[in-house]
Amino acid sequence: MKDTTADGVALTVSGDAHPRGYLEEKGFWSWVYTLDHKRIGLLYLYTTLFFFLLGGIFALLIRIKLLYPGQQIFSDHMYNVLFTLHGSVMIFLFIIPAIPSGLGNFFIPLLIGARDVAFPRINLASYWVFVAGILVILASLVRPMDTGWTFYTPYSAKTAADVTLLSFGIFLVGMSSILTGLNFLVTIHKLRAPGMTWHRFPLFIWGMYATSIIQVVATPVVGITFLLLAMERLFGVGFFDPAKGGDPVLFQHFFWFYSHPVVYVMILPAMGIISEVIPVFSRKPIFGYRAIAYSSLAIAFIGFLVWGHHMFVSGMSKTANIIFSFLTFFVAVPTAIKVFNWIATMYKGSITFESPMLYALTFIFLFTFGGLTGMFLGALATNVHAHDTYFVVAHFHYTMMGGTMMGLLAGLHYWWPKMTGRMLSEKLARAGWLLTFIGFNVTFLTQFFLGYGGMPRRWAEYPAQFQPLNIVSTAGSWILAAGILIMFVNFIRGLYTGEPAPASPWKGLTLEWQVPSPPPTENFEEIPHITNWPYGYTKRKTDGYE
Amino acid sequence: MGTSEPKAVSGANPGEHAAHASPAVTYEAAKLGIWTFIATEVLLFGGLFTTYIVFRTKFPHMFHADYVHLNRVLGAVNTVVLICSSLTVALGIAAIRKGKQGMLRLCLVLTILLAAGFLVIKYFEWTEKFAHGLYPGTDVFFSLYFMMTGLHGLHVLAGMLVLGAVLVLAGQGRFSESYHTPVEISGLYWHFVDLVWIYLFPLFYLIG
Ligand SMILES: [Cu+2]
Repeated sequence: MKDTTADGVALTVSGDAHPRGYLEEKGFWSWVYTLDHKRIGLLYLYTTLFFFLLGGIFALLIRIKLLYPGQQIFSDHMYNVLFTLHGSVMIFLFIIPAIPSGLGNFFIPLLIGARDVAFPRINLASYWVFVAGILVILASLVRPMDTGWTFYTPYSAKTAADVTLLSFGIFLVGMSSILTGLNFLVTIHKLRAPGMTWHRFPLFIWGMYATSIIQVVATPVVGITFLLLAMERLFGVGFFDPAKGGDPVLFQHFFWFYSHPVVYVMILPAMGIISEVIPVFSRKPIFGYRAIAYSSLAIAFIGFLVWGHHMFVSGMSKTANIIFSFLTFFVAVPTAIKVFNWIATMYKGSITFESPMLYALTFIFLFTFGGLTGMFLGALATNVHAHDTYFVVAHFHYTMMGGTMMGLLAGLHYWWPKMTGRMLSEKLARAGWLLTFIGFNVTFLTQFFLGYGGMPRRWAEYPAQFQPLNIVSTAGSWILAAGILIMFVNFIRGLYTGEPAPASPWKGLTLEWQVPSPPPTENFEEIPHITNWPYGYTKRKTDGYE
Repeated sequence: MGTSEPKAVSGANPGEHAAHASPAVTYEAAKLGIWTFIATEVLLFGGLFTTYIVFRTKFPHMFHADYVHLNRVLGAVNTVVLICSSLTVALGIAAIRKGKQGMLRLCLVLTILLAAGFLVIKYFEWTEKFAHGLYPGTDVFFSLYFMMTGLHGLHVLAGMLVLGAVLVLAGQGRFSESYHTPVEISGLYWHFVDLVWIYLFPLFYLIG
C-alpha cells in the first residue's frame, strides 16, 4: 500500500520541473548554519570522503615504499609517519564517522518518519567540533606523529612528535562522535512516526541504535585516555610510565576498551545498510528480522568484553587471555547470525545485480573472509605466531575495508539518487566495483601469505624473500586506486550531469523512498502513519515491475 | 509504547520545519538526552576511578603516606559548599514549578556564587600544594589528585557557565510553570557535578 503512494509522489513531483528539495537554498552560509540533518549528513559525508582519499594516498605511498626490501624512497622515519597518518586519518576521520555521521544523519530521520533529529543544534555543533578536531590534528603535523595509530606508551609519551596536540584533536573528534551518538539515541527513542514500533523500523535503524550505544559508552573512555596521555607529556603525570610506577599495559587496556568496541561502530551501520539493500534487490522480505535486530545489540554488548584479544602478548595473565579468547570467539556468533539471515533472504529471491547489490554481496564475501581469519588471531596459540605480522594487517583490511567500506559504498550507490536527486551511471559504477573488488583482493590476500610467512607489520625494511609478494600487493593497490578513481568520477559526474532520479529508483519500501528525490527540507508533508514493517517485498513477476 | 508521543508530533504543527513541535516530546527528549550525557560523563570519570583503584592496589603505602598532605578542613568545607549548591538548585527548580520567577533567579545566583566559592577554595588548596613542592608529576597519588580534582574543577566551571546562561534566560522571563526544561536539565547536570565530588572527597581526603 505504501508503494502506490511512493509511485504517486514520484510521478507528480519529479517530472520535468525537478525540484531541488532541501538543496534549494544556495550559498556558503546556508551550509555553515544549517540545522537540516540532511545537509549536516552531506557535510560529514563530503568531509569524510575527502579524508578517505587523503588516507588512500598515504596507503599508496606505503605500498610504493614496500616495493623494495631495503631503505629506498622514504627514510625509515618518514615511513613511520606515513603508516601512522594512514591509520589515524582512515580510522578517526573516515571510517568511524563516515556511515554513522554521514549516512546516519541523512537517513535516520527519514527512515523513522521524523522531520529532523532530536537536537538539530547539537547536531550542527557536533559537525563543527569535528572540524575543530581535524584542524587541531592537522596542526600537529608540524611535527608529524610516528607512533602508529595505536599511540602505545611509553614511546608516545616520549617521542618528539606532537602527540599532545594530536591527543586534543582526537579528544575533540571523539566529543563530536559522542554528541552524534547521543542525538541518534534520543531521536530513535522519541521521534518515531506514529505506529512505528521497535519491530517495525528498518534494520538500518537497529544497526545505528546499537552503534550509538557504543559511541556513547566507549568514546568517553578513549577521551580520558588521550587526556591522560597529554597530561603525561605536559605535566609528567606518570600513569603509563614505568619509571614513575605507572604501567604501559594500563594504557593498552584503556585504548582497546574503546578501540575494540569502535570496530563495531564501523561495522554495525554497514551491516544495517546490507540489511536494507539485500531484500530490495532480492525482492523478498528480510529473513529473520528479529534475529538481525537483536544480534546488533548482542554484538554491541559482547563487543565490550573482548578488548584483551589485542594484548595476548602484552603480558596479561593466562586466565585473562583464555577468557578474552573465548569471548572473542563468542562475538562471532551474532555476526554469523546476520550472514546466514542475509543468505536466507536471498534464497529463491529474484535477485538483480545493480551496483548497490554488487557492493552488498562483496561485503558479505569479504567480511566473512575477514571474520574467519579473525579466528586465527583470536585463538591463543596461533595468535602468538601471527601477532604483529601482515596477517593482522590483511585481517583488519578485510573486515574494515572489505566490510565497512563496501557497506558504505553499497549505501552510497543505493542512496545516492535520494541524497542528490540524480542517478549515477550504472556502467561506471560496475566498472568501479570490478576494479575495486579485484584490486582489493590482490592487495590484501597476498598479505595473509606474507604475514603467515612471518613478515612483520610496520617494519620499514623486510627480508628480501618477501619481495615478490609485496610487488603483487603493490600492483593490487594500483588496481584498487583505479577502481576508486572511477567511482569518484562517477560520483562527481552524477552530481552535475546525472539523470534526474525518480522518488524510488530501486522500488524500495522504506519511508525515504516515499518522498521525492531529493527530499524536501521538512522531509514529509505529513508524518506517515505506520501499520506494518517495511519489508513486504514480493517477487518481480507478481509485482508487475518487469 | 513509544508510539503515543510521536503522534503529538504530527498533530502539533504539520508543515513547520522543526524537529518536534510538541513541548511534551521536547521535554522528554531533553530528559533522555541529559541522562545519556551524564552517562558519558560517568564513563569519562570512570577511566580515572579505574586508574585510582589500580594504583591504590599497587601502592597502598604511598597512598597512606601522601594523603596526610591534603587539607581535610578545606576539603570538608568544599563538600558542604557543594551540597548547599545542590540544595539551592533544587529549590530553584521547585520554585519555577510553582511559577515563582524571582525565587528561581535568587536560587540560580546563590548556586553560581557557591560554585565560585568552591573554586576559590580549590585554588587555595592547589597553591598550598605547589608551595610545598607537590605537583602533578610528584608521584602517582598526586597525579591522581590533580587530575581528578582538576577535571572535576573544569566541570564545576562548565556548570557555572551553563547555570549562568540559564540565569540570563530566567532574567528575560523565559521560564514559567509550564515551561522550564533548561532549568531542570542544567539542574540535573549540576547534581551530577556535585555527586562526583561526593566520591572524590572520601577517596582522597578520608581513607588513607
Ligand atoms: Cu579487537
